[in-house]
Amino acid sequence: MTATLQVDNLETQFPTRDGIVRAVDGVSFSVEAGEILGLVGESGSGKSITGFSILGLIDPPGRIAAGSVRFKGEELTTASPDRLRSLRGARIAMIFQDPMMTLNPVLRVDTQMIETVQAHEKVSEAAARARCIETLQSVGIAAPEDRLKSYPHQFSGGMRQRIAIATALLHKPDLIIADEPTTALDVTIQGQILYEMRKLCRDTGTALIWITHDLSVVAGLADRIMVMYAGKIVETGAIATVIERPQHPYTRGLIGSVPGAMPRGKRLFQIPGMAPAPLNLPPGCRFKARCGRADAVCDTMPELTELNPGHKARCHHPFDAMPLSPAEVAS
Amino acid sequence: MAVMSVLVFVGIYMIGDPLAILVSPEATELDREAIARSLGLDRPMWEQYLTFVLSALKGEFGKSFVFGQPAINLILERMPATLELALIATFFSVVIGVPLGLYAGLRHETVTARAIMAGSVLGFSLPNFWVGLMLIMVFAVQLGWLPASGRGPTMEVLGIHVSFLSLAGWKYLALPALTLGLSKCALIIRLARATAREVMLMDYVKFARAKGLNERRVIGVHILKNIMVPITTVTGLELGSLIAFAVITETIFSWPGMGKLLIDSIVHLDRPVVVAYLIVVVFLLVIISLIVDILYSVLDPRVRLGEAK
Repeated sequence: MTATLQVDNLETQFPTRDGIVRAVDGVSFSVEAGEILGLVGESGSGKSITGFSILGLIDPPGRIAAGSVRFKGEELTTASPDRLRSLRGARIAMIFQDPMMTLNPVLRVDTQMIETVQAHEKVSEAAARARCIETLQSVGIAAPEDRLKSYPHQFSGGMRQRIAIATALLHKPDLIIADEPTTALDVTIQGQILYEMRKLCRDTGTALIWITHDLSVVAGLADRIMVMYAGKIVETGAIATVIERPQHPYTRGLIGSVPGAMPRGKRLFQIPGMAPAPLNLPPGCRFKARCGRADAVCDTMPELTELNPGHKARCHHPFDAMPLSPAEVAS
Repeated sequence: MAVMSVLVFVGIYMIGDPLAILVSPEATELDREAIARSLGLDRPMWEQYLTFVLSALKGEFGKSFVFGQPAINLILERMPATLELALIATFFSVVIGVPLGLYAGLRHETVTARAIMAGSVLGFSLPNFWVGLMLIMVFAVQLGWLPASGRGPTMEVLGIHVSFLSLAGWKYLALPALTLGLSKCALIIRLARATAREVMLMDYVKFARAKGLNERRVIGVHILKNIMVPITTVTGLELGSLIAFAVITETIFSWPGMGKLLIDSIVHLDRPVVVAYLIVVVFLLVIISLIVDILYSVLDPRVRLGEAK
């Protein structure tokens, strides 16, 4: 069976005056139908750009320089703009981070939803409206007929994100790329939306890529997790394995910095230093400057190697091979 | 309006004595006094002002010293010409300026976009009177295609004389409207470009694309509707200033509008006309900003107060 999405060696670059920024640098992964993949990384790690690259929505002068993105076997990097457009919103949908910004403030909600239906199917406005009402109901919006006639500013952030999600669901897509959709929402709303998204994927077999910087969100949601750092995947595997036995020091650092992961009263872990400047990446392992375990070997780029079945990490000194030193345990 | 009427009244009173211009030098002192009395100019200033205000409230602005007709009639007679010129100039500056600015904003790295922007700098900085004179030089004198002055034949619609219904009228309109509209057009190009560049980076534009909408709908609906909000505001303000300050253009092209009347009246210190003119202009500005506010709420739902719940 072909994976819903198969990404191989994707490279997305942004030429700037000072050189080329390799925002996504040789990323490969796949998502199966009904699977939820958590894509985790800090700001600038290339996680959002990965999402936009799949949809072909990289703003020029950025471009996909190499690699392939296959959606149900169909190559997207070389697909015509028109073909991409017909997939976007219909087969592959995207949900954005900030619900305050994703809906056009001067257009009514019905305009914005109905145009999405009609962009892909020749249906009457009444039929499109009926579909919108149905979808809004399914994401938990009460009295959708009346709500459709409102403008975005008349909704709260959580409601707006539900509308954005409903818009993404209108065509029952095979793949949804969700770019930090709950970051701007408060925790109770976040919980509801996570629950609903998870249920949706299970029920409809929709594949979901959940992009986030928040490990705790992904921990309860995803089947698999992929950690990105400075444009590269540093660790990937089943969610339970990665959270319980992280192999890459960066992943470990991320887990350590989540409140609740450490014993009460203990200082949260901080990853020292800052992510490297994307224009000035160090040779070798990109995390070495911030890593307590780095040594001379780390001047060469480690490969993404399978340490346990299905669990890969890009590190010369994964934790299974090199257990914690007493000093590290103490910190 | 009240404040303005005082300012103008006192200002003109202090500039000079209209009698010096109106009365021929050979007239006797008795003649002078007779004329002054008939025009009410022998009274002290505050009394003149009071009479003026009282009659103004009744809609009478006094008689022109020069023409001997009610000042307000003189102005209303000429207003259609100015309004027509200003509206047409504004209409074309929006119709041309918005698409060009939008293009320059969306494809800002292309040569065409740069050419548009360079052109808009010219349109912006060339002085009005110079443009007018150059247009006359080229189209009226050198090529002889278009008339250099006057309004030409007009047609009467609902009792108002207008030029834009006949081809001959358009010939007369073309040059002054172009002169007047050029800098406004440049302004709108720059505004449209700046807002388009801002709006196109918004998430909702990207989301619109992610929904699979075609470019025509993304640009024509999602982007355009957002940039029209600031453009409407500026256009409204500029329309007001076009009506009020079409003076230079009207003078160059001898366009029989309010602006030319104003200049003539100032030269003759024809106070009732000047005051009435300014009051009419202020009134128009108020009306225009009211229209802009209404348009605003049509374009941007966030300013609809009635629904703010």
